[in-house]
Amino acid sequence: MATIHARPTAAPTLVQVEHLTHRYGKAGGGGLLVLDDVALTLRENEIVGLLGRSGSGKSTLLRSIAGLIRPDEGDIDFVADESGAAPTVSMVFQTFALFPWLTVLQNVELGLEAQRVPAEERRTRALAAIDLIGLDGFENAYPKELSGGMRQRVGLARAIVVNPSLLLMDEPFSALDVLTAETLRTDLLDLWSEGRMPIKSILIVTHNIEEAVLMCDRILVFSSNPGRVAAEIRVDLPQPRDRLDPAFRALVDDIYARMTARAAPEPARDGVFPGTGIAMALPRVSTNSLAGLIEEVDASPFDGRAPMADLADQLQLEIDDLFPMAETLQLLRFAELQGADIQLTPAARRYAQADVDTRKAMFAQALLAHVPLAQHIKRILDERAGHVAPARRFRDQLEDHMSPDYAEETLRTVTLWGRYAEVFAYDEDDDRFSLEDAV
Amino acid sequence: MSNMPQTARGVRSFSRLLRVTPAPSWADAIAFLLLAGAAVLIIRGAEGMSEPLARLNIAPVTLDPWNLPGYALRTTLRMFAALGASLGFTFLVATLAAKSKRAEMVIVPALDILQSVPILGFLTFTVTFFMGLFPGQQFGVELAAIFAIFTSQAWNMAFSFYQSLRSVPTDLEEVSRGFALSPWRRFIRLELPFATPSLVWNAMMSMSGGWFFVVASEAISVGNTRIMLPGIGSWLALAIDRQDFRAVGWAVGAMAVVILLYDQFVFRPVVAWADRFRFEQTASQEAPQSWAYDLFRRTRLLPVLFSPLTGFGRLMMAIDRRPARVGRARSNAKPNPIGQAVWLALVAVALLSAAWLVIGYVASHLAWEDALAAFGLACLTMLRVLVLIAIASAIWVPIGVWIGLRPRWAERLQPVAQFLAAFPANVLFPFAVIAIVHWRLSPDIWLSPLMVLGTQWYILFNVIAGASAIPNDLREAAGMFGVSRWQWWRTLIIPGIFPYYVTGALTASGGSWNASIVAEAVSWGSEHLEAHGLGTYIAKATAAGDFPRVTLGIAVMSIFVIGFNRLLWRPLYAYADRRLRLA
Repeated sequence: MATIHARPTAAPTLVQVEHLTHRYGKAGGGGLLVLDDVALTLRENEIVGLLGRSGSGKSTLLRSIAGLIRPDEGDIDFVADESGAAPTVSMVFQTFALFPWLTVLQNVELGLEAQRVPAEERRTRALAAIDLIGLDGFENAYPKELSGGMRQRVGLARAIVVNPSLLLMDEPFSALDVLTAETLRTDLLDLWSEGRMPIKSILIVTHNIEEAVLMCDRILVFSSNPGRVAAEIRVDLPQPRDRLDPAFRALVDDIYARMTARAAPEPARDGVFPGTGIAMALPRVSTNSLAGLIEEVDASPFDGRAPMADLADQLQLEIDDLFPMAETLQLLRFAELQGADIQLTPAARRYAQADVDTRKAMFAQALLAHVPLAQHIKRILDERAGHVAPARRFRDQLEDHMSPDYAEETLRTVTLWGRYAEVFAYDEDDDRFSLEDAV
Repeated sequence: MSNMPQTARGVRSFSRLLRVTPAPSWADAIAFLLLAGAAVLIIRGAEGMSEPLARLNIAPVTLDPWNLPGYALRTTLRMFAALGASLGFTFLVATLAAKSKRAEMVIVPALDILQSVPILGFLTFTVTFFMGLFPGQQFGVELAAIFAIFTSQAWNMAFSFYQSLRSVPTDLEEVSRGFALSPWRRFIRLELPFATPSLVWNAMMSMSGGWFFVVASEAISVGNTRIMLPGIGSWLALAIDRQDFRAVGWAVGAMAVVILLYDQFVFRPVVAWADRFRFEQTASQEAPQSWAYDLFRRTRLLPVLFSPLTGFGRLMMAIDRRPARVGRARSNAKPNPIGQAVWLALVAVALLSAAWLVIGYVASHLAWEDALAAFGLACLTMLRVLVLIAIASAIWVPIGVWIGLRPRWAERLQPVAQFLAAFPANVLFPFAVIAIVHWRLSPDIWLSPLMVLGTQWYILFNVIAGASAIPNDLREAAGMFGVSRWQWWRTLIIPGIFPYYVTGALTASGGSWNASIVAEAVSWGSEHLEAHGLGTYIAKATAAGDFPRVTLGIAVMSIFVIGFNRLLWRPLYAYADRRLRLA
């Protein structure tokens, strides 16, 4: 198999991104900062991965390079080659983004049609791309007749048929089942390493750490809120890579450790989630999955301490699912994140063995001790004569500090936790909190 | 790549033309006959439209059954002319609203209101206007009739198209921008296909409503002039004048045949065709079927038929300009605040002067007592609408649920309900009048059912759709626990059909308000029956050419209908969406 990082530094630059800053929502102060002074250099002959959790701005960066979003500040420079032609881009979508009323062939021809390529040439090129991507025989099928993997192949053919210099991939395999994703990944890597695709470089957004290590020559790890490049990791393992190779495992563990690094120096403080005090944005994590995670780590083989990578493997969880759960446990002082490991506190180990009512009591205690918003709601309800308060009031309060979507999610999460802990009740019809479910 | 011929076939329907086929099939022959026949009919029908008005006096509408097919043809052509105009209006206005923030600000509320005002009341104004445009020619009156139908069709089509354009899936939108599709290509490849299913559905609903208006608008009397355009509506008006019972029967029969034909030859094929544009990526569970569509598809005639359209599209594609630069986002700059303020001021001035004009016009002719009287009558009509919707619901909800829970029946009866909704109920009014006269019943009570005669079917077929959509597992769970009859209704059926029922009842009540203008005052020869209500008020004012009272009546009715929608149906809708969605 050809080595694809033969000329690691000498390769010419394709795209140079500098000082990229972007915020959503209100311009100026109130908006949510999604990208904060991000820099990135893409060279020829490399696959670069953008790894991060949702909300880390990696998708925004990708869309900025694709020209779909105009960032608030910063430069994106497409470096022309010797012939003076600027690099072109094209994109593969997580949702495939196929036009359901066009056949496979028509979908693939779409980009060529936009470029006014003559019909005959269009046909030839589209058929060649379809052939290359392993779709021949399906030219006249409509997307709804295809399986997910086949649809993404169409998405890939459509992207490469226009001969882009840079292929942008936005979580291309995350909507597929594990086996299909693996096949597609392998096929893509084969085409890439055999040089059969006309592209010079690939930029892939993912939140799957193993996928990043499997495919990329370089991985940029993003921190979230605001999105920044937290680390740049070069992957020098030869292709094809083996998941069970100790070097591979070590790298995966290393990345897990880096991704939890922000919380590590001062364990279990407010700063796990963006915002402080009652304005802390809480992720949507169900109490059932928290209990499940505690039980899993408590039991053998982990016995109270588990490497995050193994846990993700065992539970078939993406980091977008696992990290919020682990960090919620940390917030509630049920666990600490140490390097790439999660360590249960003694309280959590007692929780794992307790019965339902004791669990609820322990959870209530932790909730009121460590989640300021829950404290706040409880205190207001205590103070009020009728022990009721409209949810609107808290929503407005949260929206002073975060976007309406985050505010809604945070309030829903605290409602979920409060209900489970029986700390307060919520009535959806009246949209209000109360101390007890009176009726 | 191995199956190149197969590929080439599916790519463009146009290329089929060039392909040599062994021999024309039987399907070709049938389709050719049908199309050629349609072409002849259209030309014959259109010839009549351009004649001078005086000819209507020389060759007036007669009750000769041999003339009936010709009349039916003229009526149908008016319908399709109006539908064409509505489509044009939809593409232009809805696209404008979706693309321009400023236009949107004016168009969307306007469409929302126009959807719910009583269109029949406008007939008086438009006829005067169009006859002024083409004095002494039938064409002016034709245009007035077509415009009346247009006003009953265009708004909801435009509204649905606008909503589709605003809800184009983000990922497809990003693909189009990524490939820098030109606006025209984007429209053809993305926006139009995406909007097609709901546009087709709304056009179908519009057509159903349109039959009602075509009947009402062909025999127009304004003040002391009475004009009768050749058509089923005029035939019916004449039959009523002459108290010719058999002629009314002929009209009902002709109407049924026409609706059946247009349903089989136009709408079913179009619905079957539009199914391919549904956005769901999963294979549809039950694709709509149409034998006519299957027939046309098997022939090589369809491309020929649509070649002017595809040719136009091709031409536009060819001349449409090349994208300047691939894939650069436009900056999300805020609109110029000064321009925005000027625009707002302009809109405000226009609105104020319009209000001033209307109020000034009405106030200079009428006193406060008139407004009060109109308001009182509106309350009477509202009472009728409420009671009738309640009665219709009590009858049709159980029946609809029964049908909806039995897929085999639902499949067969759903088209029947839709047919009944399309059938113009005003054709049936004479029978009711004869009965009321015969048994000397009170018109105030017994004319009321006519208002829901045509609109109750909306409740029925929406409830059928709702009941069919109730998930089987919920029904099985209810069955397993052996819930009682009442509990079964309360916990399963009513929540399940509620969102559908609200849609149906909303349409039915809007239609009933409109129908009150023709249903509250009806005649049979020299017998004139009147119920007290706003509909009668408007109808009488129209007949007397009393424009101030017509204006007042329409204004009051609009206020009632819009108030009804805002205060009753919208909240119910919101509630259903929030709590009763099965997702």
